[in-house]
Amino acid sequence: MRPLSLISLAALALSALPAPAQDLTAITGGRVLTGTSVIENGTVVIQNGRVVSVGTGAAPSGARVIDARGKVVTPGFVAVDAGLGASEVSSVGGSDDLSNSANTISASFDVSYGLDPWSFTLPVARLGGITRAVVIPNHPGAGGGGHSHQDDSDFAGAGAGGFQTPGLFAGTASIIHLAAGSDILVRPRVAMVAPFGEAGAGIAGGARGAQFVQFKESLAEVRLYARNKSAYDRAGLRDLSLSRADLEALIPVVEGDMPLIVTVRRAADILQVLRLAEEEGVKIILDGADEGWLVAPQIATAGVPVLMNPIDNLPGSIETRASRMENAAALNAAGVVIAIKGNGVHRAREARFNAGNAVSHGLPFEAAIAALTVNPARIFGMGGQFGELRAGAAADVVVWDGDPLEPLSSVTAEFINGQEQSLTSRQILLRDRYRNGGRPDGGMPLAYGQ
Amino acid sequence: MIRHALRGPSLAVVACALSLAACATTDGPGTPSADGSNSGGADTDRTLPAGLDYAANPDPFPSTYQPLPRDDLAIVGATVFTGTEQRIENGVVLVSDGRVEAVGGPETPVPGGYRIVDASGRFVTPGIIDVHSHLGVYPSPGVTGMSDGNEATSPNTAQVWAEHSLWPQDPGFNTARAGGVTTLMILPGSANLFGGRSVTVRNVPSITMQGMKFPGAPYGVKMACGENPSRVYGGRNQSPATGMGNVAGYRAAFIAAQDYRDKWDKWRETGEGAPPTRNLQNETLAGVLDGSIMVQNHCYRADEMAVMLDIAEEFGYRITAFHHAIEAYKLAPQLAAAGVCADMWTGWWGFKMEALDGIEENAALVDAPEGSCAVIHSDDAQLTQRLNQEAAASLAAGRRAGMAISEERAISWITSNAARSIGIADQTGSLEPGKRGDLVIWSANPFSVYARADQVYIDGALTFDRRDPRYQPQSDFELGQPGYGLSAANIAAGAR
Repeated sequence: MRPLSLISLAALALSALPAPAQDLTAITGGRVLTGTSVIENGTVVIQNGRVVSVGTGAAPSGARVIDARGKVVTPGFVAVDAGLGASEVSSVGGSDDLSNSANTISASFDVSYGLDPWSFTLPVARLGGITRAVVIPNHPGAGGGGHSHQDDSDFAGAGAGGFQTPGLFAGTASIIHLAAGSDILVRPRVAMVAPFGEAGAGIAGGARGAQFVQFKESLAEVRLYARNKSAYDRAGLRDLSLSRADLEALIPVVEGDMPLIVTVRRAADILQVLRLAEEEGVKIILDGADEGWLVAPQIATAGVPVLMNPIDNLPGSIETRASRMENAAALNAAGVVIAIKGNGVHRAREARFNAGNAVSHGLPFEAAIAALTVNPARIFGMGGQFGELRAGAAADVVVWDGDPLEPLSSVTAEFINGQEQSLTSRQILLRDRYRNGGRPDGGMPLAYGQ
Repeated sequence: MIRHALRGPSLAVVACALSLAACATTDGPGTPSADGSNSGGADTDRTLPAGLDYAANPDPFPSTYQPLPRDDLAIVGATVFTGTEQRIENGVVLVSDGRVEAVGGPETPVPGGYRIVDASGRFVTPGIIDVHSHLGVYPSPGVTGMSDGNEATSPNTAQVWAEHSLWPQDPGFNTARAGGVTTLMILPGSANLFGGRSVTVRNVPSITMQGMKFPGAPYGVKMACGENPSRVYGGRNQSPATGMGNVAGYRAAFIAAQDYRDKWDKWRETGEGAPPTRNLQNETLAGVLDGSIMVQNHCYRADEMAVMLDIAEEFGYRITAFHHAIEAYKLAPQLAAAGVCADMWTGWWGFKMEALDGIEENAALVDAPEGSCAVIHSDDAQLTQRLNQEAAASLAAGRRAGMAISEERAISWITSNAARSIGIADQTGSLEPGKRGDLVIWSANPFSVYARADQVYIDGALTFDRRDPRYQPQSDFELGQPGYGLSAANIAAGAR
């Protein structure tokens, strides 16, 4: 057993944990990918919602044993930029809490209030091995790899989909877990989102030169406000362009406590943003970075991590003309910490395939696993708390019947915070209803069958 | 030339189709005057001025496709998925004069003079066929001036042809080829009830659309059910604004097309009165009615598919395929019985209400009944690069559901069934003697995420080689762009 003090420390950090399973469970005999290493014939012991030990020892006596011989055991995957739990049907505006067009709520937009633990997107993602997600507000320029769809791409303005841009900031992201239950929020307001590049320029009036100036001015306003709150409240401060809520939300950003997720694609824009961050003393995370490979050493030197989709290899716009399948491999080789995205809310489960394709284009396998697990946890300040199999971390454990990056592999068991999860979904229920060709059962319509 | 399986009394059409040159010659002695006047008895020559009689030239934008330089080939040592549910270990595939000559086990004799390609430890499949692509019409970059896929100006634009929007320099053709795609059907978008004609292309670099056009491939017309047309036109306070408006629109269009066809038939038969004025919209739909143009029907929901099947029955045409057939699994036996293909994704669902019930097992369930035609398609410039993986995910889902599906069966979802779905099964889609020499050598089992297309052959010609820069074509657009000439693997060179 581990010292109690460590457990309680970790428990404090994960304040939103539901009542964890008490059962002592050992997953034995599998190939364990811890997120940072590989253990053959490993044993993963979990109890009270946490990983107790990871090694090659025997299962502790009294433990429930899950035989993972011939199988692969991984930490649960961490979906970044997936929108899970905050958007049910993309085209149905009322079910989408990722997009916001209120002028006075931009930086202060907080997705955590819109999270739905009963969302039918969560069980589907779980079947792809996803146990945590960083839910990031939707924003202009957030395309790529699955957000857009040819079928709907050309006339979004005619109906749903063409949302108005709220401002230079798109709001704050939350971390959730995907365990069944009534509370999925792990930590709200973990990062602020700001689109740059073509999207950011579009918000500012059409040109990058306007956006950078406006951005710096906004941060100056936040600093002014932070120093003069009482004057502001007395209306003794000059008019500011941001609302009070937005000014408040940005204080941790200007103070360097809250990272800024910067959506940026063009190599030239990446360099500008790195410079801006240094000048402003802001901590940033690059999002997209399609042309990142051209400036990988600079990104690595700046110590800035990247959220990316390795399958973005076509010039969707003028700012992504240097897109390559080898982007992930090149960034990783240069020493950049990368997290690999899935393909939007409903196809978040495909993150593992995206990682596999990065591997087939030069990313080392272990780096791909890290990009789905330990890297996103560390990027968002949760290193050691989830995203890896090590003592003290949340017991998010997935057992696979093969290589988790392969489409032919499936999840055979999954634990989140130590709770074993059902491997079903609304989609599986539909499958089972229609698996016999949709023929009525005994003359009665299928709707009567359960 | 286009194959037109003509029916009915249009003898003049048949005569012209059999002898194009003669019909296209409109200025010879004895032909009508240029103003189109026709003095009319039943026995007079009814040749019309150039361009005014569809039947005189049913192929006005003919293919100029020429296969690339090629040798006779013997690909040996690979595991071969033939596309006909066969799996051959240590196989031999012979390609002669661009056509598959023989496929067999290691005992198959290799004639002298054939270039031998050692594919030991690798896999060979037919060339991948994407039956639903917008490459070239929604090209990369998707910027102002380049978005040419939806003529969203009227619910019925059966008169437009995707080939007239197709930009051959779309770099997406090259990335698709690197994913093993040798043939694509390019479709107009789905804003309209009738979006226009499809064009089927060979995936070869070309300056012109005609240079890619698949010789002899039939045209299709893109029809769209559901949310898209009613959203687009309802949003403009126009019909269709509802599902019932959609159906009224299809029916009205086919009534008009029948009327049009009858006028031409009557004029050809009797020669009485002025000849009908050619109408490109009705011409396409008349082609549907006479069976020469395939119906490629975007339709998500099972209940809407059932209505579309009834409309086809009402007007006497056939639906070749439902596309984006999210709910095809709910009608799997009916679709198989009707001989209609279902073209599907594996992973897409939930992006709109009509996509709510998309399941990963769709293709596996649709594939199960006798006579079925399950197809995996892309609709996406990225997914088209990995149709093998999309098929693998469907295969895995089917197996999880307890279905016994072999890999040699599942490969048909992106090869032979796909060929059937776009009317070219007699040409390609399987490795059978006489078929076009379209094939892919994969570095590993194509159902693995790690498999890469090592070599891609089209009509027996090497068109892509992952290890040989001489066979990695770049479109005009790609020349001199940021990062041009740099390999991303060579990161140091990229740093500036």
